[in-house]
Amino acid sequence: MCLDCGCQEGNEKKFFHTHDHNGHTHPHTDGHDHSHEHTHDNANSRMVKLEQNILAKNDEFAEKNRKFLKEKGIITVNLISSPGSGKTTLLEKTLERFKGKVNCSVIVGDQSTDNDAKRLEDKCDNVHQIETHSSCHINAEQVSDVLSKVINDDTQILFIENVGNLICPAAFELGEDFKIALLSTTEGEDKPIKYPVLFSDARIAILTKTDLIPYLDWDLKKCRQYMRQINPGMFIFELSAKTGEGMDAWINYLETLIV
Amino acid sequence: MHELSLAESMVSELKEYIEREKVNKVFSVTVQMGYFSGVEKEPFEFAYPIVTEGTKLEGSKLIVEELAGIVLCSDCNKKTQLDIPLIQCGSCSSRNVTFTQGKEFLIKSMEIE
Repeated sequence: MCLDCGCQEGNEKKFFHTHDHNGHTHPHTDGHDHSHEHTHDNANSRMVKLEQNILAKNDEFAEKNRKFLKEKGIITVNLISSPGSGKTTLLEKTLERFKGKVNCSVIVGDQSTDNDAKRLEDKCDNVHQIETHSSCHINAEQVSDVLSKVINDDTQILFIENVGNLICPAAFELGEDFKIALLSTTEGEDKPIKYPVLFSDARIAILTKTDLIPYLDWDLKKCRQYMRQINPGMFIFELSAKTGEGMDAWINYLETLIV
Repeated sequence: MHELSLAESMVSELKEYIEREKVNKVFSVTVQMGYFSGVEKEPFEFAYPIVTEGTKLEGSKLIVEELAGIVLCSDCNKKTQLDIPLIQCGSCSSRNVTFTQGKEFLIKSMEIE
């Protein structure tokens, strides 16, 4: 029996007494489950409250990055999607359109190789590849380490192309202004509700590879509904980086963000 | 599996506390995990004994408290639990809602001696 409250081992509710519980008092026979701030197993133990954010270290780096980028007036976007949904192709075409007009920098994350960075180097002078090796996402410290290499005084937009993964990157703030979720038409309309963490957090969704819609049993209307269901205020672009269809709206939007 | 690196960061935070407060023994660690935190319970539990090996946390129990998504409605001002995958007010169905719970990923407490 517990010496502090008198209840039985295993939180059984046999012993009638009252105690404080989340700000109200109730008898142990009350019937509803509750956890104890003290234990019944270890006689001399005590419970310490920590209320500590496990991602605190990452968030500190993210805040530092955000402040640095804001002070320089740089717009930073974090592109997240599953592998193969067209992040690099979209960036290639975007950088082509911006060449000579808007100064862009790119940080690209992959588990291995610098293939993506090589693809983008022709279109942009400031590209840096992060190889994450065993990790499934980029973290804020990795971004912090390379910021001074990709950013210069003229940079206006920083694109961070995250590791292809719909789950993990959503949990790690990098210091971006906002996240962009990409979804290609070959992936299924219900991705937004299958991966609600990312899609509820991203300000923008980009539906890519729209040129393939005629060849697929893919319902654009349904996909839009799923997106609105999980994130009512989400801004949705529909485009094909390959054919250029819908690219103007995306480019115009980015231009409006630049100070 | 980012849960392994998250478990590592948690252990490094806890180790700092254990050294600072000269903790002898740790019996359990309680973590709060929101449905929208982007962290999965099972892989996190799988990682815990691996990352605690050789530390004062070795052999301690990991208790994960899962927190459902709760939203506050700007239209009817009620707080309701989310009925996933619908992100809307459980009372008036408005989509004009903000999260008040469900994105947490916290070390809540530690049982020590």
